[in-house]
Amino acid sequence: MSASTPFALLANSTALPWTDVPEWPDADFIRATAAELARGARLCAWFGVPEGAGTRVVAVLAFDADNTLAVGRSTPFTGGYPALTATHPQAHLFERELWEQHGLTPEGHPWLKPVRRTAGNAPAVGDFFRVEGREVHEVAVGPVHAGIIEPGHFRFQCAGEEVLHLEIALGYQHRGIEEALAGGPHRATMSQMETIAGDTTIAHATAHATIMEALAFTEAPLRAQWLRAIALELERLANHTGDIGALANDVAFLPTSAACGKIRGDFLNLTALICGNRFGRGLVRPGACRYDLEPARAAQLLERLKSALADVERAGAWFWDAASVRARFENVGAVTPAQAAEIGLVGLAARACGLVRDVRYDHPAGWHRFAQAPVAVWPSGDVFARARVRSLEIKRSGDYLCEQVAAPPEGDLRDTLPPPAPDTLAVALVEGWRGEVCHVALTGADGRFRRYKIIDPSFHNWTGLALALRLTAISDFPICNKSFNLSYCGFDL
Amino acid sequence: MFVLDTLAHRLNRGCETIPYPKGPAPALPDRHGGALKVEAAKCADGCSACVPLCPTEAITRPPGKPVGLDLGRCIFCAACVESCPQGAITRTGDHRMAARRREDLVLGQPGLEQARLAVALDGKLRKLFGRSLRLRQVSAGGCNACEADTNVLGTIGWDLARFGIQFVASPRHADGLLITGPVSRNMELALKKTYDAVAAPKIVIAVGACAIAGGPFVGHPEVNNGAGSVVPVDLYIPGCPPHPLTILDGLLRLLNLLEDERQRKP
Repeated sequence: MSASTPFALLANSTALPWTDVPEWPDADFIRATAAELARGARLCAWFGVPEGAGTRVVAVLAFDADNTLAVGRSTPFTGGYPALTATHPQAHLFERELWEQHGLTPEGHPWLKPVRRTAGNAPAVGDFFRVEGREVHEVAVGPVHAGIIEPGHFRFQCAGEEVLHLEIALGYQHRGIEEALAGGPHRATMSQMETIAGDTTIAHATAHATIMEALAFTEAPLRAQWLRAIALELERLANHTGDIGALANDVAFLPTSAACGKIRGDFLNLTALICGNRFGRGLVRPGACRYDLEPARAAQLLERLKSALADVERAGAWFWDAASVRARFENVGAVTPAQAAEIGLVGLAARACGLVRDVRYDHPAGWHRFAQAPVAVWPSGDVFARARVRSLEIKRSGDYLCEQVAAPPEGDLRDTLPPPAPDTLAVALVEGWRGEVCHVALTGADGRFRRYKIIDPSFHNWTGLALALRLTAISDFPICNKSFNLSYCGFDL
Repeated sequence: MFVLDTLAHRLNRGCETIPYPKGPAPALPDRHGGALKVEAAKCADGCSACVPLCPTEAITRPPGKPVGLDLGRCIFCAACVESCPQGAITRTGDHRMAARRREDLVLGQPGLEQARLAVALDGKLRKLFGRSLRLRQVSAGGCNACEADTNVLGTIGWDLARFGIQFVASPRHADGLLITGPVSRNMELALKKTYDAVAAPKIVIAVGACAIAGGPFVGHPEVNNGAGSVVPVDLYIPGCPPHPLTILDGLLRLLNLLEDERQRKP
């Protein structure tokens, strides 16, 4: 299918010269992108690159079934263009962002408003969609929530208990990460990549390191790629276990909640065994990993891993055996497969709608070219499915780790990394525990970043939470929210 | 059957709460390194090898002056430790590093090589909060790592509630705030309002390099370089993120719940 695309094809974690990216005048470019989306491509990235008085728009598409990516760009333009969102809703946030960052107006966008812009000392959230009627009431929650959790604002339109519409307004966590990357990499860049979303440190750090390697037309030593894959699965295990515990807590099923809180820490401590930091900070660097997993340490890791996996399996079994838990999760917060495809859900939220979407499988790079775990899918799209996919992935990541830790490749952990090539575009996708982490970098004539785009899976998936709440009782918001557990700072950047 | 199974599992697991502080503190991971120690006296004349390596610009060496390392801004990457030809910057392996004053985290000069650990709240505040401290957590641009390792103190492994410390849902129920993140401009108003909603007397705890000094985002126009620029801070807990043990040590130190020979009584 992708063979006939007019876009330039490239594989995940590779680069191509900027001049090799085909370009079209703005309206033709929108038409070409829409045509690719119409025949099944998925929008991974859509962003502007200022040039002269105008802005070029760049589209990175994924042809998942063909295991390839494709990229195209417009000629520089200003003003308006016909909105892609009108026919392809998966573009809606990308187009709002493009308008906010570069002033290009998607004409016909149904809900054009700021994404994260600052207005004084709060975000410019704009007007909220309102449902009118005497029986309708509005509930506003946040930005400061009850609990230790990041800030965001939720605006519900309700008729009695039932939610008719939920609008999610974010931007509170905006730290200006993309803006700071211009002219980079700078000395703080790697640390900033590790804190884009703190619970996804390994995935974002790996994506950035891979970008630096692709821009130099090289790759990290195999042993470093192996270690990154191990750390990535440990990150998945810790977060999925924490989420199972949090879901159990929200339906007052305390045995699993209490056990998983502890076991999550056991997994974090395995990452700390490798590099000292429970979130994996300091481990991944461009062209390298900074710490090795020597045989004695690997043996210790394996032993502790097996014990933690047995614990989490047992804690999960209590939970899945309980009819009271299943009854609370089934048919709550459902997203249909058609909706999921239409809004471009990624990661476990997409897999819980029956979509086979997993970068490790669809676009394998790094160590995943040599060893993969089976994709975990569940069809029902509800809270139950999102919990179930987590359980399945805990099992499969665990099996994957047990195999891989025991079979390390020989060789060095680091290599000298050549400087980034000038005027080059690189794309790196990594399947973080929430889903697809996408980094795109474009270098200028000096080999420094001219534009660096980051798309956390949460950017795609917050809309999924909003849809999941439709015609759901507002009292089920906590379990719906936990079942997605999206990142605020990863979205806000 | 199910109820009996659950009870049996629960009994099998036993008590999983760490014995600390009555027993020994759990060991930090061997590659963690703990707090840093900086001996400026060991620096070679004119050497500033570590200065440009620090991602958060935590190390300074003005011409003719000794080196200074701001542990509040440090993200513990240890690039300086690895690069120092004189071994002037070393890792102590010590989890304790919470301080009451910002300047107590600036290391280097003779006598000031290590962090000056926090002293407990004085008389009236300790009487009010010593046996019951309720905190409202506010993430203001935090990446969710400091939040996660604060949250972990509530799990059965740490059981923060046994010290009378709890996180509450409303600032109206709180005795103070625990702030994470560099305080993004977009959270400034919400943070101020939350602070104002807490009844006086109140305390503020800044957790992590971001909340202390902006962390990796220091100097970004979209952030405030830490909580101190928006609200007064009573306790600084360094780290990126701080290990849960470091956070717990800071909280217990503040409430004078540690039998610790190095703690200075107020």
